[in-house]
Amino acid sequence: MATLDTAPRPVSPAAGATSATGRRGTRRRKRRGNGLVGWLFLAPFAVVFLLFLVGPLLYAFYLSLFTNGLATGEEFAGLANYSRAFTDPAFLSGVWFVVRFAVVVIPAQMLVALIAALVLDSLTSRFAKFSRLMIFVPYAIPAVIGAVLWGFLYSPNFGPLEQLFGESAPFLLSPDNLFYGLTNVVTWQWAGYYMIIIYAALQGIDPAIYEAARMDGAKAWQIATRIKIPMISSALVLILVFAVIGTLQFFTEPQVLLPISNGSITTDITPNVYAFNLAFRFAQFNYASAISFALGIVVFIGVYLFLFLTRKRGGFLK
Amino acid sequence: MSVLSSPVRADDAVHGLREGRRARRPRRRRTGSHLFLAFLVLYFVLPLWFLVVASTKSPGGLFNSPNGALWFGEEFALFDNLSTLFTYNDGIYLRWLGNSLLYAFGGGIGATVLAVLAGYAFAKFDFPGRRISFALLLGAVMVPMTALVIPTFVMLSEVELTNTAWAVILPSMLSPFGVYLMRVYTADGVPDELLDAARMDGAGEFRTFFQVALPLMRPAIVTVLLLSVVGTWNNYFLPLAVLSDSELFPITVGINLWQGLAGANNGGGVSLYTLIVVGSLVSIIPLIAAFLGLQRYWQGGLSIGSLK
Repeated sequence: MATLDTAPRPVSPAAGATSATGRRGTRRRKRRGNGLVGWLFLAPFAVVFLLFLVGPLLYAFYLSLFTNGLATGEEFAGLANYSRAFTDPAFLSGVWFVVRFAVVVIPAQMLVALIAALVLDSLTSRFAKFSRLMIFVPYAIPAVIGAVLWGFLYSPNFGPLEQLFGESAPFLLSPDNLFYGLTNVVTWQWAGYYMIIIYAALQGIDPAIYEAARMDGAKAWQIATRIKIPMISSALVLILVFAVIGTLQFFTEPQVLLPISNGSITTDITPNVYAFNLAFRFAQFNYASAISFALGIVVFIGVYLFLFLTRKRGGFLK
Repeated sequence: MSVLSSPVRADDAVHGLREGRRARRPRRRRTGSHLFLAFLVLYFVLPLWFLVVASTKSPGGLFNSPNGALWFGEEFALFDNLSTLFTYNDGIYLRWLGNSLLYAFGGGIGATVLAVLAGYAFAKFDFPGRRISFALLLGAVMVPMTALVIPTFVMLSEVELTNTAWAVILPSMLSPFGVYLMRVYTADGVPDELLDAARMDGAGEFRTFFQVALPLMRPAIVTVLLLSVVGTWNNYFLPLAVLSDSELFPITVGINLWQGLAGANNGGGVSLYTLIVVGSLVSIIPLIAAFLGLQRYWQGGLSIGSLK
């Protein structure tokens, strides 16, 4: 196995114990497991990590430093692709779209998820249990299928809107309504998953706390806002992080709905759709790599800063 | 908060306590809450209801149904539609379904095995470079995976692996979040004392892992497996980018292909819209069945990462 060569030498137990000052559990581990065994367990993942995460990231950066013209061939261009991206109206409008979209869709889906979870947590009926599963079901449906289904429902040809509203039925993929049409699809797809995570966190709270609050005269909504929500804040931070990462790389729904939107979804609607079309329609792999890499870095730094600022609440960076 | 107890507690202990509370305080019927839930259920089930209804309609009925889009038409054409689906284009649909299964289980099982080993390493060994490796891992959780798709495609095409099953399966085996979940669960769920006792009794590191640690990690293993199988099954961007031969498509890219052709009226006499509708219905059944069947495992497991 190739990675064994890179594994550092095992440290002697004594040396290990001095470095892990005061951490009892660590010291106990150290007495037995030497470094080599730990790396043996980690090695398979490390190989995949290097090949399919570090490799593509570095390669994307490398590719982004070149330009490839039909006449000129591949040429070193330094950061020219990046300065092009940050003055490219197509890229900038895509960034602006996903930022606006994130500001609307993330609160929408988190609010639906939180309220649903709070209601479900307060009920023990069979119907509540059934509802929990039904609200979660969209998570098991691929985003492509979800987008196709909503595309059908939005369609003037065979959707129900026409039958409900007649001629004046709104087409939810028209330029004016597109934003809401997409917000609805994404909320439908993800709210149930977030609901389950919040619900599981709520179920982990000791009910004796509610009992005590009730003795002190707290009302149900006070228990929800002053006890339940603060106690599940780390679950909320985790969800928010996933939602931000997911929304900024918005791709599947617009790409799938593009052909049936009568042109209101363009090939540069989000940075990812733009990068995909640059690469696979126009073979501009270098410029597409620059956009991918820029997007990845921006998301990474944004999320890292957010987690750093909320580290007292979330358990993720501790 | 102990992570180990959470999967158990979520279902048994809490309900036990609630029963007690209910016995003491007679409960109101909570009509408002139930109405609100019913409204939510209607919203979340609406597209699925449409899908079931539309699957029973003939190609003509799909567009012109006497009872509207949300109710059954006069004819019941589900079985005709299914046989068209499975025979259209020499049964390409079944091939897509098989491809999806292969990619989802190949990538999902691979990701889970790697995550179990790496999570155990992070939780139970103190090897040199552990802290920095774990910091790298946490950073990787925050890297948007779609940023990797285009460079992965170019990389794979240089070793001539694009347009093969490997091009989907190998990158799908990367699951930093799976490793993180396994580490968090294993840290408390597998007591150090137990591992030490096994080692005292003369078990080697690998025997200790397989016979002592692995059985205790089962709830987290099921969760990570389910999450990574679902992730690969639902993936669209990666297979769309690395595959060009439609024989290799998974179901997501295949349905999307039909959708593109349907808009351009390229069905060659067959209504592609009917195929899309029935094909979508068939394709979501396995995952929904898996989720309903494995409820006991994932409902507790999904909270592993968030209870710390």
